[in-house]
Amino acid sequence: MKAVLDLLEWIGSGVQMTFRTIRYFPHLPRQWRRLVDQCLFMGYATVPLVAILSFFIGAVLALQMGYSIIDFGAKQYIGSIVGLSMVRELSPVMTAVMVTGRVGSAVTAELASMKVYQEVDALRTMNIPPERFLVLPRLAAIIVVMPVLIMVSVVAGWIGGQVVSQVVPWIDITAQTYYNALKSFTDLDDVTDGVIKAELFGIGILLISSHIGLRTKGGPREIGAAVTRAVVVCIIFILIFDYFITNVLI
Amino acid sequence: MESTVTVEPVAVRIENLSKSYGEQEVLRGVSLEVKPGQIFVLMGPSGSGKSVLLRQVIGLEAPDQGEVLIGDHKAHIPSTHDVFRTALVFQAGALFNSMTVYDNLALYPREHRLYSESEIRDKVTSVMKALSIETAGRKIPAELSGGMKKRVAVARAIIMEPQLILYDEPTSELDPILSATTSELIATISRETGATSLVVTHDRDLALSIADQVALLMNGRMVFTGTPGELSRSEDSRVREFMNPSIDPHNPRFRKQENDA
Repeated sequence: MKAVLDLLEWIGSGVQMTFRTIRYFPHLPRQWRRLVDQCLFMGYATVPLVAILSFFIGAVLALQMGYSIIDFGAKQYIGSIVGLSMVRELSPVMTAVMVTGRVGSAVTAELASMKVYQEVDALRTMNIPPERFLVLPRLAAIIVVMPVLIMVSVVAGWIGGQVVSQVVPWIDITAQTYYNALKSFTDLDDVTDGVIKAELFGIGILLISSHIGLRTKGGPREIGAAVTRAVVVCIIFILIFDYFITNVLI
Repeated sequence: MESTVTVEPVAVRIENLSKSYGEQEVLRGVSLEVKPGQIFVLMGPSGSGKSVLLRQVIGLEAPDQGEVLIGDHKAHIPSTHDVFRTALVFQAGALFNSMTVYDNLALYPREHRLYSESEIRDKVTSVMKALSIETAGRKIPAELSGGMKKRVAVARAIIMEPQLILYDEPTSELDPILSATTSELIATISRETGATSLVVTHDRDLALSIADQVALLMNGRMVFTGTPGELSRSEDSRVREFMNPSIDPHNPRFRKQENDA
């Protein structure tokens, strides 16, 4: 019973934090410097990671598909399979997982450290709401950065698939065949759905990470525990939410 | 300190305040009154509930029972801190480690849009000069010594031009010379700004040298309130024990040290 009440209290305070942050959105122009800093932090270091990993996800997907469908004489459709899988599912989910590891963990660590070392209390005593000063610029930054990351991921995955399809001798299809198949099965709605999905994942990751960070109590050891908790909760959130959002978007 | 601005001081009234964390009762029916412009020193041994009381006054926590009033407003209601400017000098400084000392000091006026950037620069520079921390402006707090951090924390509070300044163990971890300097600084700030000061400490020298009123908190209960003179003359055994703790020379631990020597 206590665990249920604790969970409800946790969700309730998370919702409160979210609404308070949304309420401060008109203050965003005053936080533009922090917004730019956060965009650079989230984007600059995450883009290469997302690009490299997505390239290889696309490559592996092409390899697996090529192996599975070559006997049916359908290898010219590899482009469509890789294209759709990347844009609708793999890029949003894998980008969200990478953002969890790279951004979510860093946000939790920073806010938890600020909480443990009383910097958050200091903000409150200065009548500066932490939601406005700490959460808002990060939330706005993830909203700006996520579509960029997802597009980088999609393009890198498509290129990865194409390179493997062309280079691996037993697949051996031209780039033109690959991209023709991709274009004929993938349209703008697929891209939009992928971006919407990634954007919602990003917002969820940021709010969960911030909430866990700001609720950290105790000493330095709790900071590490908070980061682990944030990563686990974010990944569970991504996978469960993915099912429901896919049902809506499909 | 020419840089300070005179403010309208505010009174603090605590009535029958109780606070518990789970099963642990930390404050038990504490009452006290701090008059406007006064330096009120709250003393007590470690773990007596002093810092918890401070968190109720600054509004970081709400009391379980009783009331904490700043002026005639309840301290734990956020709007109270829109009406009165209150500042807390944290025991460990609680400086923002991701910012330079200058940005730490400029944060409050910037966030509340009190002055233009050039006015903020002038104010921060003059307060830094007054507290002899002008060389620290570009450093981050992690690069500062303990004494310097305390000064920066005090400077951050002064920049807010508060009507009420709360100090949490301002002389802890400082050597005797720095402790004396800090005590003098608190008295100077109070005298020149006119702000009400509530100082929480277990440093008896600090209390006796700067306080207008002193209170002694033990096990979450107030056991003494009066002037420093009354405190020194008190016959209450708990007060005497706190003010003049006795060491038993026959304790085996001391004898062992003698033998070792």
